[in-house]
Amino acid sequence: MTMTDANETFRTEAADLLETLQAGLMELERTPGDLALVDSVFRALHTIKGSGAMFGYTAAAAFVHEFETVFDGVRKGRTPASSALIRIALGACDHIHALVQSPDASDSGGEPILDALREAVGSSTSEPTPVADPVSAAEPVTGWRVRFRLPSDALILGTSPILLLEELSAFGPCDVRAVIGGVPELGALDPEASYLEWEVTLQADVPRESVEDVFMFLSMTGDDLVIEPLDPDQPVMPEVHADVHEENHDSVGHAASSIPQGAATGAGRSGGGSGAVPARSFRADKAGTSLRVPAERLDSLMDRVGELVIAQARLSQLASASTDQNLKSVAEDLERLSASLRDTTMGIRMVPIGSLFGRFRRLVHDLSHDLGKEIDFVTSGEETELDKTMIEQLADPLVHLIRNAADHGLERPDARLMNGKAPTGTLRLSAVYAGAEVAISIADDGAGLDAGRIRAKAVEAGLISADQALAESELFQLIFHPGFSTAKEVTALSGRGVGMDVVKKTIEGLRGSIDIASRPGQGTTATLRLPLTLAIIDGLLVRVGDGRYTIPLAAVEECVELPRDTEIAPKGRSFLNVRGALVPYLRLREIFRTEAPADLHPKVVIVSSGETRVGLVVDQIIGNNQTVIKQLSRLHAGLKTFSGATILGDGSVALILDVLNLVGSGQDLDERSTAKSLGRAA
Amino acid sequence: MNATTIEHRTMRALTMRLDDETFAIDAESVREILEVVPVTRVPSAPDAVFGLINVRGSVVPLADFRVLFGMDRREATEDTRIVVVEVRLDDERLVAGLLADKVHEVVDLDAGVQEAAPRVGMRWPAEFVQGIAKRNEAFVIIPNVEKIFATLAAA
Repeated sequence: MTMTDANETFRTEAADLLETLQAGLMELERTPGDLALVDSVFRALHTIKGSGAMFGYTAAAAFVHEFETVFDGVRKGRTPASSALIRIALGACDHIHALVQSPDASDSGGEPILDALREAVGSSTSEPTPVADPVSAAEPVTGWRVRFRLPSDALILGTSPILLLEELSAFGPCDVRAVIGGVPELGALDPEASYLEWEVTLQADVPRESVEDVFMFLSMTGDDLVIEPLDPDQPVMPEVHADVHEENHDSVGHAASSIPQGAATGAGRSGGGSGAVPARSFRADKAGTSLRVPAERLDSLMDRVGELVIAQARLSQLASASTDQNLKSVAEDLERLSASLRDTTMGIRMVPIGSLFGRFRRLVHDLSHDLGKEIDFVTSGEETELDKTMIEQLADPLVHLIRNAADHGLERPDARLMNGKAPTGTLRLSAVYAGAEVAISIADDGAGLDAGRIRAKAVEAGLISADQALAESELFQLIFHPGFSTAKEVTALSGRGVGMDVVKKTIEGLRGSIDIASRPGQGTTATLRLPLTLAIIDGLLVRVGDGRYTIPLAAVEECVELPRDTEIAPKGRSFLNVRGALVPYLRLREIFRTEAPADLHPKVVIVSSGETRVGLVVDQIIGNNQTVIKQLSRLHAGLKTFSGATILGDGSVALILDVLNLVGSGQDLDERSTAKSLGRAA
Repeated sequence: MNATTIEHRTMRALTMRLDDETFAIDAESVREILEVVPVTRVPSAPDAVFGLINVRGSVVPLADFRVLFGMDRREATEDTRIVVVEVRLDDERLVAGLLADKVHEVVDLDAGVQEAAPRVGMRWPAEFVQGIAKRNEAFVIIPNVEKIFATLAAA
C-alpha cells in the first residue's frame, strides 16, 4: 500500500469516526447521564488520536488528545454533558475534520475551542496533569479480577495462556498484566516450564461460573486460580503499566525461553498499551468481517456481471432452440448462478440511507441553535437501501431541503405558541420503498407554503401571467424555478433563491422526481422519488409495432386485455375501467409513431409510480427478462420517455421505458380531462 | 475555429461515400468498421441519430450524416458499413456509429490541400464542415464530427 493510499484510508476512516463521534455527542445531549455513550465517544476519539499519530497527523492527534483531556470531566461524571458543552464539542469535531483533511494548515482556531471547552467543563483548567491515557482511568464497572498461574508443566502439555486470555477478553474489556516474579535466573531456567502468573482485570458483567469455565480443563489448586469481584472504587489500573513494560523487557532479557517469552509479550501487548486496546481489538474482531473497497472496483464488477447476464441470456435463447438436454441443463444452471451473482453484486452496492441521516442530525442540531428554533428531528426508514452512487448524490439536495424546512417552514417558538402549536417544531425525514422506487420525504409542521405569495412572486418574475389558472401542485413546482425565492429576508442559510433549481436538477439527473405538498398552518412535505438502482433490474419485455421495449417489472401492477369497445372510443377519453377504478391509458403505438400494423388484441400493462397508475397499451407481452441498464448516450439524453437501453438475448437493443415519466404524462391526461380549462399541451 | 484558416498538417483519414460525395474522417477517431447490424429505432429521436446498435455489449447511438448534409435517407445495401468513432464531447468520451454507403480506404490527406470550408455554394451548414480536401481531382469533405455531435447532444 502506498503512503497516499494509507492517507486516503485514514481520512475516510477518520470521517466515519467523526460521524460516530458526532452521533454520540448528540445522543449524549439527549441522555446526558449515559456512560456507555460517553465511552463510545471516547473510543472514537481514541482511535482518531491513535491512527492520526500513526499516519503523521500530529496536529490532529495533539488536538484530539487535548480534547480528550478536557472532556474527561464528563467521563468521570464531574460535569454534565450540557447543550452548550456538546455544541462546543461539535465545533471541535469540525476542527478535527479540518485538521485531518488539511494537516499542513496551521493549527489556528484549536486553542479557542479548547478554552471554551475548558470553561464549559469548569474545573478542568485547574487540572494541569495531562491524563496520558484517560480511557484507562477508573470508572465504576462490575467485573472480576482473575489471577492465575499455570502448572509448570502446562506448556509442555499444550496449554496456551494466550488462548485463555483471549477467552477472557471475549467477555469484555480486559486489562492483562503478567507477573514475572517467578521467573528464575537464566541459568536455572527450564525453557519448557511455565513461570508466569497473570492478573486480569475483566470489566464485564458475567457470572463467576463463566470465568471459572475458562479454566475448567486445567487442574488448578488453591492459589493457582483466584477469582474475586472487582471493587468499583478501586482504580482498575494502578501504575502497573510502566512496570509491566519494564519487567517485560527484563524478562525478555534473561528469559531466553521462547515460549514464556512469547506469552509474556503477548500479555504485555494486550495489557500494556492502554485500557482501550483490548476493547478496540475486540471491536476489530467484529469489524474484520467487513471490508472497505474502492467504488470503482465495484463499478467494474457490476459491468462484468452485466456482460455475464447478457451472455447468459443469449445462451438461454440458444439452449431453448436446441434439443440437446445437456446444453439446456447447463444453460439453466448458468441462469440460476448469474441471477444470484447479480443479486449479490447489487446487494454490495446497496447502502442503507441511514448513513446519510446521521449527517443531517448534526445539521438540524446546528440549525436549531443558529435559527433560535426548537426542532425535534424524527427519522424513519434508515434501513431503506439505495444504490451507493445515488446516496452520495442525494446528500446535497437533502441538506438543502432540510435547511429550507427549518428556515422557512418552521415558525419561531412564539409564533407557534400563538397559533396553538407546541413551541418545538418537528422535522420528519423518512424513506420508504414504493414499488420500483424509494420515496424520501422531508416534512415539517410549520406554517406551510403561502400559495398567494408564490403566485404574486411568479407573476412579478414573469413566470406566469396574472390570470393563469394553475393547480396548487403546479404552483408549488414554481419554487424550483431558477432565481425564485419568497423569503422576505435573506439569511445566511437560505433565501438567496439559489438551490431549489439545483435540487430539482440533481434529482432529475438521478431519474427521480420531486413533489411538494403543503397545507397552510400545518406544514410542508417535499417528497423525492428515486429509482432503486442504476444497474440491473427485472424487466417485462413487450412489443409495440416492430420494436421491443422493457418495462421495469417492479413498476408493473398487472396486465389486462384492452377491451374491444374502448378501442373505438375517441381520443382524449382514454380511460380504462379496472375493477371499478378509472385508469388513464396511453397508446404506446401513438407515442412511438409506429407504422407497423397493429395487433388485433392489444394488451394493457398497468404500471404505477407511488399512488398513481397508468395503463400502457402494447401489441404483445413477450415475458420477463433480466435487464442490464445501459445509459443512453448524450445524443439521446434529452428523450424523457426512455430511462436507458438494454441488450436482449439475441443481441439486439431494446429501450427501457421511463415509468415515472409515462405515469406523469398519464396524469396530465387525467388532469386535462378533469379540468379542461387548463388548455395545456401534453 | 476561424473558417478561413487553412490547416497545415498531414491528416490520416478514412474516406467513405455518402450519396455522391466523399467524406473523410480522422483515422485516429475511428474505432472499428462494422457490417450492418440490426438497428433499434429510437422513437421521437431526431432522424440524424435515429437508432441504437449493439457494439460488443455496449449500446451505441447510430447517426446518419445524410440527414445533416441534406441527402435522402435510404435502405442499407451490401456495401453499407457502420463506422464506429470515438470523439470527445465536453471532456466525456462519446462512442457513436456513422452510417456510410461505402467505406473506401485510409489515406493521408496532405498539408496544403485541405481548404477551408467555402461559405457560399454549400448545401450544408458550414459549421458541420471542418474543411475540404482535394484528392484525385475530386473534393473530399471533412466533417466536423465533434461539432456535429455536440449540436445533436444539445438538441
